[in-house]
Amino acid sequence: MRVNVTVNGRSHQADDVWEGESLLYMLRERLGLPGSKNACEQGECGSCTVYLDGVPACACLVAAGQAEGRDVGTVEGLADGAQLDPVQEAFVETGAVQCGFCTPGLLVAAHDLLERDPRPSDTDVREALAGNLCRCTGYEKILDAVRLASDRRAERSQA
Amino acid sequence: MDFLRPTSWADALAAKAEHPDALVIAGGTDVMVELNFDQRRPPALLDLGGVVDLTGWDVHDGRIRLGAAVPYARVITELGDRLPGLAIASRTVGSPQIRNRGTVGGNLGSASPAGDAHPPLLACGADVEVCSVRGTRTVSISEFFTGVKRNALEPDELVAAVHLDAASGPQQFSKVGTRNAMVIAVCTFALALHPRERTVGTGLGSAAPTPRRATEAEQFLAEELADTGRWDVPTALPDSVNGKFGDLAAAAAAPIDDVRGSSDYRKHAIRVLARRTLGWTWNDYCAGRQQCA
Repeated sequence: MRVNVTVNGRSHQADDVWEGESLLYMLRERLGLPGSKNACEQGECGSCTVYLDGVPACACLVAAGQAEGRDVGTVEGLADGAQLDPVQEAFVETGAVQCGFCTPGLLVAAHDLLERDPRPSDTDVREALAGNLCRCTGYEKILDAVRLASDRRAERSQA
Repeated sequence: MDFLRPTSWADALAAKAEHPDALVIAGGTDVMVELNFDQRRPPALLDLGGVVDLTGWDVHDGRIRLGAAVPYARVITELGDRLPGLAIASRTVGSPQIRNRGTVGGNLGSASPAGDAHPPLLACGADVEVCSVRGTRTVSISEFFTGVKRNALEPDELVAAVHLDAASGPQQFSKVGTRNAMVIAVCTFALALHPRERTVGTGLGSAAPTPRRATEAEQFLAEELADTGRWDVPTALPDSVNGKFGDLAAAAAAPIDDVRGSSDYRKHAIRVLARRTLGWTWNDYCAGRQQCA
């Protein structure tokens, strides 16, 4: 089947999509957007987290056909050209990226949290990121990154 | 495989009548796991994501009609005051990503014994609105679950909505899992006090082949509260009442041994959860909280 979808503001058309295929597979293998990672394929790890109509979802648990006519935002869409999003900058600076496999999903989840709540408490951050597994960092640096990104965003909005 | 994308409720019912073996997909959080792991290859997928009629809720005379495709995240943010038990249970579902997509209607469709929405629906005495091209019927939640992952739906029927009263008293839900997020329940217990009707509602999850009520525990507590005048003048419950309520709740369980827990452990846990949720709801009732929705 054919699926029409807008990804990061650009219209795409994917052909020969298998009816049982996930949005994640379509993004990675048909649209050439490998930022969203494929790890567990059962919604446990969060590494495929994308925005679907502005709401974070596991792309592995969305059927490609369910994205027809909808708006998808992936990690590739967070930066503004060469200018990284504050969340991306903070992940780099605090060492919240090690092997990097969980990073795209965590970036989308953390970005969404800060869009909804620019000043989250640590408990809020832990709850918001509970669906994203990381096997390298021990999470402390990820928490540091979200705190730093929160501060940066506040500075920028005042500037 | 076909992918059916109805955009209206009438088209969805027509599609289900024409393809009774189509697998219904709502949020996809259950169905896609089975497809990804090659555990299921249905002849067709029937996607309800484009049916706007299913994504709303409204209130008539204090009774809420919750559309089948309202995700858990919206139950939490929009209905926490009116449906506290269901909202608390919804908060324990998966992760934010899963709660953004998973729906109460999908939970009913899957009819897993471990579905987190089921115990509060049982405790609230919900009715399931079921539709087909032949018409609409209402199935009491007590009769909806017919076996492990089986429900009362006919092959051409779809869940349209769930109907349940706005809380007239405190409600609680508790869950045993191996961590604080992202777990399938080892077992769950839901409790609702209905002071207007002077009844008590319960629901057990992951503790029997189907979600079920602990009817003897419900009757015992309701009679105890009536006989002692505590519905009108709430005072602390004696330990003997809490204990017997827990024992009767555990007696209603018929759990299996599996990877998540042993039968003995689950029975024990149900006893503890029942006592504990009774403590919480009774404290709320004594403090006069949530008596009016």
